[in-house]
Amino acid sequence: MFQEDQFKKVEEEKKKWIEDLSKILSETPERLPRFTTVSDLEIKGLYTPDDIQGIDYSRDTGFPGIYPFTRGVQPSMYRGRLWTMRMFSGLGGPEETNQRFRYLLDHGETGLSIAFHYPTLMGYDSDSPMARGEIGKCGVAIDTLKDMEILFEGIPLDKVTTSMTINPPASILLAMYIVVAEKQGVRKKEIGGTIQNDMLKEFIAQKTFMLPPKPSLRIIVDTIEYCTKEVPRWNTISISGYHIREAGATAVQELAFTLADGMAYVEAATERGLNVDDFAPRLSFFFDSHIDFFEEMAKFRAARRMWAKIMRERFMAKNPRSWMLRFHTQTAGCSLTSQQPFNNVVRTAYEALAAVLGGTQSLHTNSLDETYAIPTEEAATIALRTQQILAEETGVGNTIDPLAGSYFVEALTHRIEEGAWEYIRKIDEMGGMVAAIERGYPQAEISDAAYKYQKQIDSGEKVIVGVNKYATDHPPITIWRMSPEIEKRQLKRLQEVKQERNQLKVKDCLQNIRKASENGKNLMPHIIDAVREYATIQEICDVWREVFGRYSDPGYF
Amino acid sequence: MSRGRKVRILIAKPGLDGHDRGAKVIARGFRDAGFEVIYTGLHQTPEQIVAAAIQEDVDGIGLSSLAGAHDYLFPRVVELLKERGAEDIIVFGGGIIPEEDISALTQCGVKAIFTPGTSIEEAVNWVRKNVNPRN
Repeated sequence: MFQEDQFKKVEEEKKKWIEDLSKILSETPERLPRFTTVSDLEIKGLYTPDDIQGIDYSRDTGFPGIYPFTRGVQPSMYRGRLWTMRMFSGLGGPEETNQRFRYLLDHGETGLSIAFHYPTLMGYDSDSPMARGEIGKCGVAIDTLKDMEILFEGIPLDKVTTSMTINPPASILLAMYIVVAEKQGVRKKEIGGTIQNDMLKEFIAQKTFMLPPKPSLRIIVDTIEYCTKEVPRWNTISISGYHIREAGATAVQELAFTLADGMAYVEAATERGLNVDDFAPRLSFFFDSHIDFFEEMAKFRAARRMWAKIMRERFMAKNPRSWMLRFHTQTAGCSLTSQQPFNNVVRTAYEALAAVLGGTQSLHTNSLDETYAIPTEEAATIALRTQQILAEETGVGNTIDPLAGSYFVEALTHRIEEGAWEYIRKIDEMGGMVAAIERGYPQAEISDAAYKYQKQIDSGEKVIVGVNKYATDHPPITIWRMSPEIEKRQLKRLQEVKQERNQLKVKDCLQNIRKASENGKNLMPHIIDAVREYATIQEICDVWREVFGRYSDPGYF
Repeated sequence: MSRGRKVRILIAKPGLDGHDRGAKVIARGFRDAGFEVIYTGLHQTPEQIVAAAIQEDVDGIGLSSLAGAHDYLFPRVVELLKERGAEDIIVFGGGIIPEEDISALTQCGVKAIFTPGTSIEEAVNWVRKNVNPRN
């Protein structure tokens, strides 16, 4: 970017500036002994052209929509189309959640995102002893196709795309979505959306696991294989850093572990014999946007550049769409505080800005009350409005990747990339991510980082406003409470569905799933048949638990 | 006899909730503070937690829940301890717990609830004051 003689001049001027500065600092020192990011990367007081000397614009930065996509995956970015405003929602039963979906769509939300309650996430029905106390609490209760039909009542599935945060039973929920669409007269070729379907990060961070890693991967590859042919607009995995970060990882760890997970999926699918360019364009990503504005922006830019290199150089993908890292972002739940909860609106707004300046394709903004409960309608509306103000008032989408060329942002992007490669090299040496997980490597790295961060908060080195600084009492806020009727209604409906369905057909379908599980045939067509006959999520998952065994938490701390 | 014994704490994750960051940070913080710590790992039923507590002869149980099921799971642990004649094991908890639920939980016999923003030191000090080696 600069000529040799320009650099020399800048270097001389910088020397002088440093001399002047040290005189000033000897009298009035800086506020802090170290200035660091939230992930504890040390940041200098000033960045200048020499900090980006090694960066070649065409090679490393380039143009939006063109390899290595540092500046964005689409050529026109938000000038063409705004990011999708996709609010993660699920509360009580399918009736309540349907109502919330419609409310949010009426208020300008542009995509759906389902939060399931824990029993569904873990492959249990509402009538399981494991579900006691958990029905509808942390998301929507879905046991059978009947619940999914109610969930999408009045929502045309050819007009909206839906993201589902679901992992061990992802294939089952996708099957239900396909059948609900079919009943609406929408063909599976037309539906669009995402299943999270990222089991590796479950073992590492989110911890909704069911089967051991290898059979988990096998079912994921079944969904990839099936969707590549039959549901071409579906994102088959949302390779997720979000939960890794929320579990305490640094930005660099989040990036590295997520990309390493992605590499493991590409390897597993190509081992099945799939052509990388057939399935890779439908892999999507999901990152956290934490409170350190520049660190996050830089992370998103580095992520795109790294994935492009990985796909082109390591996996020899030829299709430019295979090189593109498209991602959803959620603002950082772990940055929110229960103290002075209205401050969370401000935190979320900054985090949303970082996500948008980082070029996200879709965004969920957290509600101010999420350190207490599932968001109220009012709190969710403020969170959605935060995105709308960002999109339509602030002008941030007027130009693409506006912070590119900043000495600091480019240097930080490079530094985060280097840090992440370092981790990826280590994971490669261990034999890849599955082997690393089996050794507990990413889990231990994250626990260490989480503990260190907590110590920094406790010592006051990292400030959390309202918690370890400016702490004052705050009046209580109104929070969402679940009516006990919801639990009764859910149990009653499940019982009715189980009574009314064709038991013989259900039995046959489950038998077919068992056979395919054992003989390695693709499970998806059998799962679709089973859910159409109202087999429950647990009935299908129980077959898998029997055939493949369970994974239980090794309990590292 | 047991006077000099270290306080033994079971950190437990009841129910299906997978959020274990807080539980693990607290487990490590307690260990560094000199307590003996046993961590159950995730996805434990109240029955499993109580069995582990009795088997490990702990002095206190720290329950963690961030998924809204605390109102069933925490009192259930207290109830089962009573049934097993182990009500002298002190139960405390933490997580995403609305302020208005705290008094109901303490009435059921949960001795303290720590909400987000609690420092490790605060929790350690509470245990030092309120949990002693049993017998």
